[in-house]
Amino acid sequence: MPPPLSLTLPRKGGGNDIAFDAPSVVVAKQHNAILIYALDDLAVRAGLSIGLPLANARAICPELTVFDADEVADRKTLEDIADWCDRFTPLVALDPPHGLYLDITGCAHLFGGERALLQIVSGALSRRGFAVSAAIASTAICARTLTRHGSGKIIADGEEAAAVAPLPVSALGADDAITAGLRRAGLKTIGDVASRGRHEISARFGAGFTTLLEQALGQGDAPISPRKPLPDYIVEKRFPDPVTTDTVIAMNLSALAGMLVTAMDKQGKGARRLEASFFRTDGAVRTIPVDTGRPVTRADMIDRLFRERLDALNDPLDPGFGFDLIRLSASRTEIVVQQQRDLDANVHDNDELAALIDRIAARIGGKRIVVHLPEDTHIPESAVLAVPAQHHLAAAAQAAWPERIESEPPLRPLRLFDKPEPIKVPFATVPDGPPHQFTWRRVTHAVVRVEGPERIAMEWWKQNGDGPTRDYFRIEDEAGLRFWIFRDGLYESEPADEEGEPASVRWFVHGLFA
Amino acid sequence: MSSARTSTLANLRGRIERIETHGDAHDLNKVALGHAAADAVLHGGLAVAAVHEVFAEGHQSATATGFIAGLAGRVSPRRPLVWVRQDFSEIESGALSMSGLCELGLDPRLLVTVRAPDTDAALRTAADALACDALGAVVLEVWGQARQLDLVASRKLTLAAAASGVTALLLRMAAEPRPSTAETRWIVRAAHSPPSTPSMPAAPWSAWGAPVFDAQLIRNRHGPVGRWIMEWKCDECLFSEPAAYPQPVAATPARRPHQAQAFGYQRRAG
Repeated sequence: MPPPLSLTLPRKGGGNDIAFDAPSVVVAKQHNAILIYALDDLAVRAGLSIGLPLANARAICPELTVFDADEVADRKTLEDIADWCDRFTPLVALDPPHGLYLDITGCAHLFGGERALLQIVSGALSRRGFAVSAAIASTAICARTLTRHGSGKIIADGEEAAAVAPLPVSALGADDAITAGLRRAGLKTIGDVASRGRHEISARFGAGFTTLLEQALGQGDAPISPRKPLPDYIVEKRFPDPVTTDTVIAMNLSALAGMLVTAMDKQGKGARRLEASFFRTDGAVRTIPVDTGRPVTRADMIDRLFRERLDALNDPLDPGFGFDLIRLSASRTEIVVQQQRDLDANVHDNDELAALIDRIAARIGGKRIVVHLPEDTHIPESAVLAVPAQHHLAAAAQAAWPERIESEPPLRPLRLFDKPEPIKVPFATVPDGPPHQFTWRRVTHAVVRVEGPERIAMEWWKQNGDGPTRDYFRIEDEAGLRFWIFRDGLYESEPADEEGEPASVRWFVHGLFA
Repeated sequence: MSSARTSTLANLRGRIERIETHGDAHDLNKVALGHAAADAVLHGGLAVAAVHEVFAEGHQSATATGFIAGLAGRVSPRRPLVWVRQDFSEIESGALSMSGLCELGLDPRLLVTVRAPDTDAALRTAADALACDALGAVVLEVWGQARQLDLVASRKLTLAAAASGVTALLLRMAAEPRPSTAETRWIVRAAHSPPSTPSMPAAPWSAWGAPVFDAQLIRNRHGPVGRWIMEWKCDECLFSEPAAYPQPVAATPARRPHQAQAFGYQRRAG
C-alpha cells in the first residue's frame, strides 16, 4: 500500500523570529462573528481554543494580542511550502486550509527510510517556525486523521483501524453537523463509530461520511490530486554544500541535460517542454520553463536553450545562500522520428532554422518570433495571421498566398499600419473623387498621381463586421512617396450637415508603397 | 556528423546554388543586382556574407524597406529570411505587409519575423540569426540613432556574417551614418514614377506605381560610389534602369574620395 505522508500546520507557530510575551491569536469573521482562527501555545495554555468568539477570549485572557487573518497570504504560504515539498516527491497535493499530502511511494528510501524522511520534513519546517504535525499511513485520510492528535506517527499496513480507533470523531475532519450529530448519538471515538454497522451510519450521516470513515480505517483509498501533472522524465542533483556560482550551476545543468537525454533516448522520446527547478536552501523554489518547437533530443541544445533563457530573465536567478537541489524535468515529450541528416539538405536546414527559432523564443518569448499565414478575407488589415514560428513553421512553409498579377505595379502597400492613421483632406472637387492634397503627421502632401478608387466593403455577414465601405486610392505625391489612402464611407449614403458636406466622411492613410 | 563538416557542406551547397541561380555573375560571392551601372561599380554585384547598410529618412521608410526587401530577394531567393525589427519601428512606419511582399514578387513563406522589444534585443537576435547557416539573409530594422549599433557591434555582425555565409542587411531609419565595418552603405529616397511617354503607350492607370528608388551608394569598401535611379522589376525580381526615365538625378563621381581622407573624416565623426 503506498504510504502518503500528511502534514498539518494547524496553529501559528511559536516562531523563532517573532516571540510574544502575551498570548496571541489570529481572528477571522465567520457567520457574522469574530472567531479565533489560529492561536499560539501561550493562548492554548490560557484556555483558549479555535472557534471561540473573540469577545469570550478577551474575557478569559484580557492581555490577548489579536491579529486579523489573511487567507490569501495563508494560501500563498501553503503553496510555497508545497513547492518546497516538491524536493521530496513530485506528487504533492493541497488539503486547504492547513494541510498537505505527499505521496512518498518509492521515495522514502532516498532519504533514509520513512522515519528519517518524517524527521527531515517536520524538523525543517519547525526550524522555520511552523507548528507541524505529520504522519505516515497507507491512505491519505488515515494519515490526516492521525495528524490531528500528535505528530510523528507511522502506521504499518493493517494497523490503521487500531491506530485511529481511540481518536475523537472530530479528527476525521467531517462537517461540524456530522461531528455534533455523532457526539449527540454518544459515539465519542472513531472506534465507537467503526463498531456500528455501516448501513446505520450511512442512513444517518450519508454515504460520503461512510467513505471517509472507511478511508480513515484503511479499508479503501482515494488517490490524492497532485498540484502539478507528473513530468514524463525527471533528473535531479542534490548538493551537500549549496552551490551559488553561475558557472557551477551552468555546469550541473548541462550534466543534468545529458542525463535527461540519455533517459529519453532509451524510449525514443524528445522534449517539447522542459522545466528547470532551483531549490534554494531557505525554501524558495524557482521554476523556469522552456518550450521548443520540435522535440529536442540533444543535450547541448537543451543546455543552450537554458543558457539563453537564464541570460534573458527579467529578475535573474538569485541563489541567495545557495541551491541545494537542481531538478530538470521534461514535462511534455514526443516520439522522435529519426531522419537521415547527411544527404538531405532541406532536413538539415529546417533543423537549423527550428533550433534558431527555439533559441530566440527562449530569450525573448515565443510570441515575438512569428511566421505568417494567409487569412481568407479581403479586409487588408486582417488578411495576415501572425502565428508563433515555433509551432507553425511547417504550416507557413506550405501556405498558399494569392498570386500577383503579372506586369502590374504593386497594388498593395509594402508597409501597412495596424490602425489606419487619420489624415486631413481640405476638400475633394468631385464628391467621390480623390483629394488634391492631404495632411498626414503635420506634413502636407500634394497629390501628383492618383489611381482608384478600389472599393472594399466590410464583411457585413459577420457579427460586428458591418462598417462603412472604404474607397482606396493609390497616391503619389510631389516627392515621389506613394501612399495608400482611403475614404471611410460613401458620399451618397452619409448624412449631410447644414453646409451640404457629409458629416462623417473621414480619410485615412493605411499603408505606404515602396 | 561534426558541426564543422556540416557547415562546410552548407557553404558548398550555398555556392552551388548561387552558381546555378546567377550563372553570369563575375564572382561567386557576389550577387548581381540587375542594374548594369551599379553592378559595374560593385564589381559584379552585392557581396554576400557581408554587412550592408541602408539609411533613409523617417518618412522614406517604406521606400527603404522596399529597397532592402529587393536586396534580400536578390541575395537569397530561395532560402529563409529572418527579419528582426523593433516594436517602435512598426508603430512609426507600419508593419511589413505580406501581400505587399507578394506584390514585389517575393515569397512570404520564407519570412520569419522577430518582434524585438528594443534595440539591444534586436541586435542580439540578429547576431544570433547570422550565425545560423541555414538562412539566406538577415534584415535588422532599427529606428533612430541607436547608440548600441557602434563600431564594435558592426564588427561582430561582419564576423558572424563572414563565418556563416549569411548576408546581413541593416535598415536604419531616421539615423545618421556612423563609422561601421559595412561593405556598402546606401541612402535611399523615393523617386518619381517615370512619366508616361508616347513611346510607352500603356494604359494611363497602370503606367506608374512600380517601385522606383533614388539609391545613393555613399560607401563602398572595394570601389567607387555612385547614385542611380533603380526600378524594382516585380516580375523578374531584379533591379533595372527605369525604361522611360529622363536623366539620372546626379552625375556619378569618377572615383570616390581618397581613402585616407575618408578614414580621417570617419575618425572625427566617431
